[in-house]
Amino acid sequence: MLRFLRWRLLQLGPVLLGVSILVFFGMHLIPGDVAQLLLGDKGTDADLQRMRHQLGLDQPVYIQYFRFLGGALQGDFGESIRTRQPVIWEIEQALPVTVELSLAALAFAVVAGLLIGVLAARFPHSALDTGSMVGVLVGVSMPVFWTGILLLIVFGGILGWLPLGGVLDGSLTVRRITGAPLLDGVLTGSWPIVWSAGRHLVLPALALGATAMAAIARMARSTMLDVLGLDFIRTARAKGLAERRVVSRHALRNALLPVVTLVGLQLGLLLSGAVLTETIFALPGLGRLAITSVLARDYPMVQGVVLIAAVVFVVANLLVDVLYVYLDPRVRYQ
Amino acid sequence: MKRVGLWVGLGLLIVGLISVGRGGPAEAQAQKTLVIAIGADQTGMDPQTVQNNESGFVMSTIFDSLVNYRPGSSEVGPGLAESWTVSPDGKVFTFKLRHGVKFHDGTPMDARTVAEDLDRAINPNNPCFVPTRKGVDTYDEFTFGSVKDNSVAKMTVLDDFTLRFTLPDPSAPFLSSLAMIWQGIMSPAATKQYNCDAGQHPVGTGPFKFVEAVRNDHITVEANPNYWGGRPKVDRIIFRIVPESATRMLMLERNDAQILADVPPSDYARVQNNKALQLYKQAGLTILGVAMSNDLGPFKDRRVRQAMNYAVDKDAINQGLYAGATTASQGMPPVLWGYNKSVAPYPYDVAKAKALLAEAGYPNGFSTDMMVYANPRGYNPIGGAKLGEAVQSYLTKVGVNVKITQYEWGAYLARFRRQPWEGFAIAGWSGDNGDPDNFLGDLFEWDIANGRARTNNTSRHHSPAFDRLIRDARRTTDQTKRAALYEQANKLLHDDAAWVFMNHTNQVRAARANVKGFVLNPLQMFFNMELVSLE
Amino acid sequence: MATDVVAVGVRRRRVAALSWRRLFSHSSFVVGAAIVAGVVAAALLAPLVTSYNPIEQSFRDQLLQPSRGHLFGTDEFGRDIFARVVYGARIALIVGVVADGLAAVLGVALGVLSGYFGRRVDAVLMRIVDVVLAFPYLLLAMIVVAILGPSLINAMIAIGIVYTPQFARVVRGVVLQIKEEDFVEAARAEGAGSLRILGRHILPNILSPIIVMATLTVGYMIVETAGLSFLGLGASPPTPEWGSMLATGRSFMLTAPWIATFPGLAILVTVVGFNLIGDGLRDLLDPRLRGRQ
Repeated sequence: MLRFLRWRLLQLGPVLLGVSILVFFGMHLIPGDVAQLLLGDKGTDADLQRMRHQLGLDQPVYIQYFRFLGGALQGDFGESIRTRQPVIWEIEQALPVTVELSLAALAFAVVAGLLIGVLAARFPHSALDTGSMVGVLVGVSMPVFWTGILLLIVFGGILGWLPLGGVLDGSLTVRRITGAPLLDGVLTGSWPIVWSAGRHLVLPALALGATAMAAIARMARSTMLDVLGLDFIRTARAKGLAERRVVSRHALRNALLPVVTLVGLQLGLLLSGAVLTETIFALPGLGRLAITSVLARDYPMVQGVVLIAAVVFVVANLLVDVLYVYLDPRVRYQ
Repeated sequence: MKRVGLWVGLGLLIVGLISVGRGGPAEAQAQKTLVIAIGADQTGMDPQTVQNNESGFVMSTIFDSLVNYRPGSSEVGPGLAESWTVSPDGKVFTFKLRHGVKFHDGTPMDARTVAEDLDRAINPNNPCFVPTRKGVDTYDEFTFGSVKDNSVAKMTVLDDFTLRFTLPDPSAPFLSSLAMIWQGIMSPAATKQYNCDAGQHPVGTGPFKFVEAVRNDHITVEANPNYWGGRPKVDRIIFRIVPESATRMLMLERNDAQILADVPPSDYARVQNNKALQLYKQAGLTILGVAMSNDLGPFKDRRVRQAMNYAVDKDAINQGLYAGATTASQGMPPVLWGYNKSVAPYPYDVAKAKALLAEAGYPNGFSTDMMVYANPRGYNPIGGAKLGEAVQSYLTKVGVNVKITQYEWGAYLARFRRQPWEGFAIAGWSGDNGDPDNFLGDLFEWDIANGRARTNNTSRHHSPAFDRLIRDARRTTDQTKRAALYEQANKLLHDDAAWVFMNHTNQVRAARANVKGFVLNPLQMFFNMELVSLE
Repeated sequence: MATDVVAVGVRRRRVAALSWRRLFSHSSFVVGAAIVAGVVAAALLAPLVTSYNPIEQSFRDQLLQPSRGHLFGTDEFGRDIFARVVYGARIALIVGVVADGLAAVLGVALGVLSGYFGRRVDAVLMRIVDVVLAFPYLLLAMIVVAILGPSLINAMIAIGIVYTPQFARVVRGVVLQIKEEDFVEAARAEGAGSLRILGRHILPNILSPIIVMATLTVGYMIVETAGLSFLGLGASPPTPEWGSMLATGRSFMLTAPWIATFPGLAILVTVVGFNLIGDGLRDLLDPRLRGRQ
């Protein structure tokens, strides 16, 4: 286990380095002069020279890369062209919202997916089973941005049960501890905040987690079916154990492993889906920040957001892999 | 086992519903507190080292400059200096400072302390010299000139209350630049105490004193009872940071905020239809238009340029594309002093356009190119491509065929500013110091000394009469004379039709109806908040 | 990983099992094929299916509810939504083909180079692939679009690049296997050059996994490009692209929900169709992948 962990951590370095190189050079391929971009519609020749010098643009490219890397390691990505706020500040604002949304969606996907999958496996070829599998097919194929809009129309517009977007009701302000509204509400012990934040989180989490839930349900069902046919289960049944116990204690543990792998595969879709979900529900998260920055040609911001998001993603993947190995030490990666 | 959980859950639910009914925290203040909702946090409150709007909002309640803008205008009036004289050659500015004014930390305000603060803008040997500090955005070189180019102003302390600046060239806009919030005077004691960076501990002479700033939450300032401009009518101002505009709107409606710094066009009707609220609107200090290559192609002829202005229906575009968030343009923002009221934007007149084209020798029109960019700008919220398309369709009707090429913003800037492009190009500008020279001069003046257009004169407009007016207006500091000169220049510019002038983006704010004395300022800062009261 | 298992499952022998008869006896494949055929037909026969022009504006007919005259209603410019959805099918299919084609070509190139030349080349290329995979797909697509500028073509390129690693990995797996097969050793013993081996032996064998991969992913490529357009990074108005239609429909979510509903439905149906085909293919190639039916 430790050896595996060490090996994976060793791999982390080069990958992150590669990510930083891609992000740095990606931004360098932008047409036009970065210094002029920062000055916008203004700036004399002298101003341009000064800006280029300040940004280190008159240095050779590899020195510029190291400046970028050095800054990035300290959390300094420069200033947003659009808002003139430090890039890292904007990211600090936005990241907790995205993390909270993603975790909520993941929780929903895993719990609901497992439930549906296990139940479908429990009663194979029943109406429940076929029905849920059709639902799964649709769920896996639905574009997340459409799901979000539909949910908004139905639950927010027509039924009016849930809010139409945002993180909190207008009049409420929560003292910022982590930046994640629901969590901060819990930490400050403020029930109105928790209630409001929770209500605002429901639809986005459902929309974001729907695809993952469908995939997990399908996977859970098929692995459960496999496991339920195995010998040790037959033995347990023969021993006279209650069916429920058979399923929950013996079969479920074995069915979990592939689900963990699946979650790992779904992480990327989850983070990407967050961009779309945040746009639809007007959540002030990292995804929406990324889009606004790309559209406004705010390159320092794009650089910072993409790098941070990639790092988060790589680390999350690592955690999933560790979890998998923890659950099944028999697995040895190549 | 499960039952208990169920009851506990129900209990929590009931408690929750009850507490929701109680509503938000009650603020039983004897003090009068004004809450202003802003969209982002300040990034530092040392005037010389930041340039972002939110910092400016807060600083404008804490600091004075040597001269201040008059309430609601961009005209310059007394500030920390109660009077000043300018030498006949326009290069020497002598300021007489007020007596008896103290910084919020007790440091007396006089020529020496002011000079101590401004020294870091012009003296490279000052340990806190601003222009070379890393990570700062500063207007110091814009105002005082650059040490590198040897164009920096010289500062002399003549006596306890007299401060003198000597400029290398006569420049009346110097006063407007001094009035900017970015030249607010910080207590030198504070700068020293915090190692050159008092950005989170601002100390000024303004109507409000800094109390606290909680990151991403709020900034509190309290009234300065000894303010030389009169005691503020409210006791406290809290700037609340609320990133979502929908949330800010709700706060205003529930009186959790009394002023909104920004209102999206989709909310205008909501504010106007609410008796408890009031919408404040003012044409902004920006300009948007379609520049023409004044020295290349058919556009060399003034009649062609005028024809283009007649050919485009600006009102339709402003209503349709910009949904009423803009004011039509005749070349100069109406909110700027020196604006010529008798000059109106070109009306939509296809017949006149055709006639002018025929007169100029293009009875059948002509073909040309247009450069556009896609991204939104502060002076152009919908981006350049859409404006270009709209203009293109109007021009087709008078026989002018336009081929649009879209460039990425960076590439666009490179071409637009540095290459002798020909045809049309989307152009825009936002003002820095509220001086007409910053608009008419920067955008349309010819640099006679160097024989070419000024850097920002991307349309390469060249009119000797216009240049003379601009130069003369820069050399005199007599406000009335300057205004008259600019009014003439405005008319000339309009007749010269250097651009197809399109619009100015409005500055819009909203406040509760019981907020009195609140006036919009063209520079968009919260100046003169000592005049604001809550009924 | 699932994709590697696909490679394992495909051997020369099994290719013969991929017969049309077996495919068509598989019910989900049939349904999927029918759906996709319908989409293709709609795209090709668009002018016959609807008489309306998808980009012509008509300010008299704005925001009309679905009715006899306008099956799916009209949008804020008075354009018939059914027409826009049908013409949008053309764009969707072009997107699928172009993005898939790009991913396949680049993937094959990378996978073949990696698998065949092995060792150092393999290590370097696979690290590059790892780096690309380190990005959530949308972020990578955003970088590409940020560099190239927002447009439908650039969005297609971006999505193609995003999917290249998956293709590369599959191809590499197959190449690694085939490389060790007897007939390749024999060819090499006979003195055949690398190019010859690549062309005659390796390439034909990666054809079917590529086809399977392409079918499995084309649905997602369409959705993700639509997602880019939805965000404003892809197609721009007035192109009747389903994603950008959803974006405009969002503003009228409460007043005219049909504007967003039907393009979304179209995406859903198309993706379901391609997924069913893909599932069918995968099942037939290696039922072990799917578990019990």
